[in-house]
Amino acid sequence: MKIAVASGKGGTGKSTVSTNLAYLLSKAYKDVCLIDCDVEEPNCHIFLKPNFNKSNPVYVPVPQVDTEKCIQCGMSLIPKDGQSSIIGDTLPLRSGKCAEVCQYNALAFVKGKVIVFPELCHGCGSCGLICPSDAISETGREVGVVESGLGQGFDFVHGKSRIGEAMSPPLIKAAKQAGQNHNIQILDCPPGTSCPVIMAVKGVDYVFMVTEPTPFGLYDLKLAVDVMRKLGLPFGIVINRSGENDNLIEDYAKAENIEILTKIPDNRKIAECYSRGELVLKALPEYKSAFEPLVNIVRGLL
Amino acid sequence: MKELVIISGKGGTGKTSITAAMANLAKNKVMVDCDVDAADLHLILNPQIQKTTDFYAGKSAQINPEICVKCGRCVEVCRFGAISKDFAVDEISCEGCGTCFYQCPSNAIKFEQVKSGEWFESDTRFGKLIHARLGIAEENSGKLVSEIKNYARLVAKQNNNDLIIVDGSPGIGCPVIASISGAHLVVIVTEPTLSGLHDALRVLKLTQHFKIPASICINKYDLNLELTKKMEDFCMDKGIEIVGKIPYDKIFTQAMIKEQTIIEYEPDSEVSARIKEMWNIISFNRK
Repeated sequence: MKIAVASGKGGTGKSTVSTNLAYLLSKAYKDVCLIDCDVEEPNCHIFLKPNFNKSNPVYVPVPQVDTEKCIQCGMSLIPKDGQSSIIGDTLPLRSGKCAEVCQYNALAFVKGKVIVFPELCHGCGSCGLICPSDAISETGREVGVVESGLGQGFDFVHGKSRIGEAMSPPLIKAAKQAGQNHNIQILDCPPGTSCPVIMAVKGVDYVFMVTEPTPFGLYDLKLAVDVMRKLGLPFGIVINRSGENDNLIEDYAKAENIEILTKIPDNRKIAECYSRGELVLKALPEYKSAFEPLVNIVRGLL
Repeated sequence: MKELVIISGKGGTGKTSITAAMANLAKNKVMVDCDVDAADLHLILNPQIQKTTDFYAGKSAQINPEICVKCGRCVEVCRFGAISKDFAVDEISCEGCGTCFYQCPSNAIKFEQVKSGEWFESDTRFGKLIHARLGIAEENSGKLVSEIKNYARLVAKQNNNDLIIVDGSPGIGCPVIASISGAHLVVIVTEPTLSGLHDALRVLKLTQHFKIPASICINKYDLNLELTKKMEDFCMDKGIEIVGKIPYDKIFTQAMIKEQTIIEYEPDSEVSARIKEMWNIISFNRK
């Protein structure tokens, strides 16, 4: 059972929902695991204070070229646009098929020599397959680490990307794999609507969409709803910092026929508790009722 | 011409509201919304679109079942699990690497450019805004960010603007790296929460990694005075300037609902005064 906690806009309360939900579920069920998939800015560990007992670096494959073996096979008949035409028939252009097939410009020929730009590589392996002289092998580029351990009485996994690393999906995938054997998996997702979110929510059974009743919250919620619909995932809305402007979200949810699962009130005490890195349900147990409807959804899916 | 980029690491710290307020105060500038995943700046600036340009992130593979001989080579070479057993490409998983296209022995695969978003040049009451909309579940937001930033530079040059103000995205990954590349100054908007500080430190390391000068704005500073003090001590110690301290205030949401900047909504409020003060410091640093 995999439940994702997502939102289009950042800072709407995803981590608050996922940490407290996992905490509450762990009181009723065995083998609950929280997986923090926001690998660029993971925060759940701040609230769980886990003892990490495992830390594994994650690598993506990048090409390594043996210049002795490289025959500068360029002037190829495979131009990048895929249309068949003969190019380079007059210029003695030294190049290679590897650079021609790479869609990410991660390989280039300069003065007849191939240069690899590992940070641009997506690890697809196309260059190695096309190389006619077996000059390309693979090495790894570290994209970050996956750490796991126990916090607040349940299992916890997170990915943490390396500073300067642009690509997060491979690390998100690795974090999800590290937690995949647990009975109930709660996935705290990154904000946004592009590849990192898609990787995080792929294959989940249900998505809790956390939003706030502001125009930015509503606009980004609409984008995130479009994503979930395109992926065909079932979802419902959680209104965080609920208060006088809730109708912004309620009107939209009604028109779109989306269920509002629960509301977490806008309260300075909750914000302060968050600021200190405390679980709301431990510091302010009176808010348990706000999280109960989410536990019931999980129960219904089990 | 200088580039000022506003980022936050963590989302929801007030980055866009503060960017809009600074755009209100700045003169002779171009604005860019580089949070292409979840762009919000237009909700305040009410842009009148003058020009729309299609964005092509890359190519996508498509298998022609009439030519396909079902040899399975494409499934074997695809590292993204994007080709199903019955030889259909899942466009969401497809990374557009073209490995299947180049390896297919029967030329059954088409590999063509796909439109994955669009970007706009718009007029607003504060000047030109360059903004974008990435298609649903599309990738390569970093490339789109680079494209609109390059265009903004062109516009700024043509109009003799001396400043580009960029609203960045949360995180420290591909769109953020693209947003800060070439920046003269980065302002990190943070909040005194353990998460906010944790994320600000990571994004600060990112700016250091790329050797871009960064300063800090602490929003909602009175939410946790102890953590604010900790952040100030840290910045003092590391020689990082704190350019602004803004109190926790509902005015952020109220102004947003009215589709106004905070400066327009309540010019005499404390928040407006603090933002003006911050803007003076930044303008001074810019020179």
